[in-house]
Amino acid sequence: MIRARRLEKRYGAKRVLRGVGFELSSPGFLLVTGPNGSGKTTLLRLCAGLAAPTAGELDVAVTRGRIGFLGHEPLVYRELTALENLELYGRLYRVPERRERIGMLLERFELWDARHERAGSYSRGMMQRLALCRTLLHDPELLVLDEPYSGLDDDGATLLDRELAERRARSAFVVATHDPQRVEPLASLRLALG
Amino acid sequence: MTYLADVGTLARKDLLLELRARDTLPAMLLFVFSTLVVFHFVLPGGSSELAATGLLWVALVFTALLGLSRSFAAEREQGVIDGLVLAPSDRSAIWLGKALSILVFLGLAEVVALPAFALFFGDVDGSLIAGVALADLGIAAVGTLLAAVAAASRARELLLPLLFLPLAIPIVIGGVGASVADHSPRYLGFLAVYDTIFALVCWASFEYVVTE
Amino acid sequence: MRIRLSLPALAAVALVLVATAIALIAYVAPEDADQGLSQKIFYFHVPIALTAYVMFGWGAWKALLHLWRRDPDADLESYVAIHQGVIFGALTLVTGSIWAKISWGVWWAWSSNQLVLFLVLFLFYAAYFMLRFSIEPGPRRANSSAVYAIFGVALIPVSFLAIRLANDFIHPTVFTSHGPQMSGLMFFTFCVSWASLLVLAACLYRVELAGKRIDLRLRELRELLT
Repeated sequence: MIRARRLEKRYGAKRVLRGVGFELSSPGFLLVTGPNGSGKTTLLRLCAGLAAPTAGELDVAVTRGRIGFLGHEPLVYRELTALENLELYGRLYRVPERRERIGMLLERFELWDARHERAGSYSRGMMQRLALCRTLLHDPELLVLDEPYSGLDDDGATLLDRELAERRARSAFVVATHDPQRVEPLASLRLALG
Repeated sequence: MTYLADVGTLARKDLLLELRARDTLPAMLLFVFSTLVVFHFVLPGGSSELAATGLLWVALVFTALLGLSRSFAAEREQGVIDGLVLAPSDRSAIWLGKALSILVFLGLAEVVALPAFALFFGDVDGSLIAGVALADLGIAAVGTLLAAVAAASRARELLLPLLFLPLAIPIVIGGVGASVADHSPRYLGFLAVYDTIFALVCWASFEYVVTE
Repeated sequence: MRIRLSLPALAAVALVLVATAIALIAYVAPEDADQGLSQKIFYFHVPIALTAYVMFGWGAWKALLHLWRRDPDADLESYVAIHQGVIFGALTLVTGSIWAKISWGVWWAWSSNQLVLFLVLFLFYAAYFMLRFSIEPGPRRANSSAVYAIFGVALIPVSFLAIRLANDFIHPTVFTSHGPQMSGLMFFTFCVSWASLLVLAACLYRVELAGKRIDLRLRELRELLT
């Protein structure tokens, strides 16, 4: 699914990533660990196609539309409601049976009752759930998740556990986290940066 | 076809955001109106009508700048631009959708500005309206791309006018020429050429502005 | 095949050519029948302006290469070329202004299309530097600068056309621009002068580029140490 060799990413004189290589097949689960500033986020942005490496090779075997990316920001418009945000992404990703799928995800992440509220009025935990709905909306083949548990309460974390376990057998994952114990059993490949 | 559908989706989203937040269009309307009032005091008695027409173009360009400086605010605040960049649509659709929404705002601002100008200073003829319409296309095309550039910088609102004004000089020349000179078709033709060239350059280069 | 002169050799060629050009302008080129001695600034003004165009064009070409091949060196090259272009552009404004003073008695003439065009370009490329200074070094800055540099080469012909058109409603009567009927010797002097400035610009370009590269390398090493 992803083949990376001697990846390097520089911002001006600053070298954020250096000599990173791995080969992830699908289904598979790459667990990326490392302290703050070790380049986890940068590596994930490379995998999602948001940035290109300065040097080295990076082959991602799926098209952009089949990748689900969850970053530090929820990537939703604060002035739009949860439903409108998902409608927008559903259209852009050309999700079949959009309405049903959005409804199902909102139900699953317990946001259905708050679907007509502005995303800006959401709590941190609800925002992260909405971001997860956005990430899973188009049923991606490759999931790139940066600190997916951040901001989630216990219920939300359990929901996410279930979602990951269920998809583990059919998707590829690249997950970066501070707290590796939670997803350790799922991992097929580990990469420690820094 | 999916390309046009994406453009439509993105443009509609911007209009919906504006309906919700109402933070750009009212400001543009009020700005263009107050600028016209200021112009009354700028023009000493006995100034020609041509001078007023020239000033109208100053008002239009600065009103456009006001709207443009807000145009990527929603995307910038939350990094939502990454969400749009990740989507499978061609990245130029983001530019085109945004340029269309800017075009709507400009059109609405001018629906107020031109009658107000006619009321205060003198007549508005067909060639002026045609000039404004063609100028809007160029302003929206170039301005949207530069707004995306400026949004990624530290200086943001400060940088946009600096980037935009040198590129707006040909638009102003074409527009003023179309409204005051004898052979307005020449100037309208020039504006059409400007719009075509820069729209193509923006369309081809937008992707690089929003990716790393 | 690429011939690449070493920097000192290039500097020597530039020196010889500039000296030759000055000697030709001072002693060999005949005095213009209408304008006399003051016409000689033409041999500086026009080649400087043309050199500035070449540097802007080179900057845009390197910018295109950067976007096309993601060549990180091309960003720096594009920046340095535009920097040189702005220096030559500023010199165009200065020499043009002197020329305007001598021929028309004013320091600035809106009727001179070339001067107005360079003023617009000067504003445009000054904004280019503002853009570079307000984005952190990295791929985003490189991409945005490259796109803006490419806008520049589109702006040059479009502005040229626009300024020509503007003359119709701004200056109904235009000063007759000097299209001096150049004699063979004049044309030869002009060509030598332009060649000398091009080599000089290439030389300055490479000096600045080498300096910038050392600077970048030093910062990388410092970064590795911390």
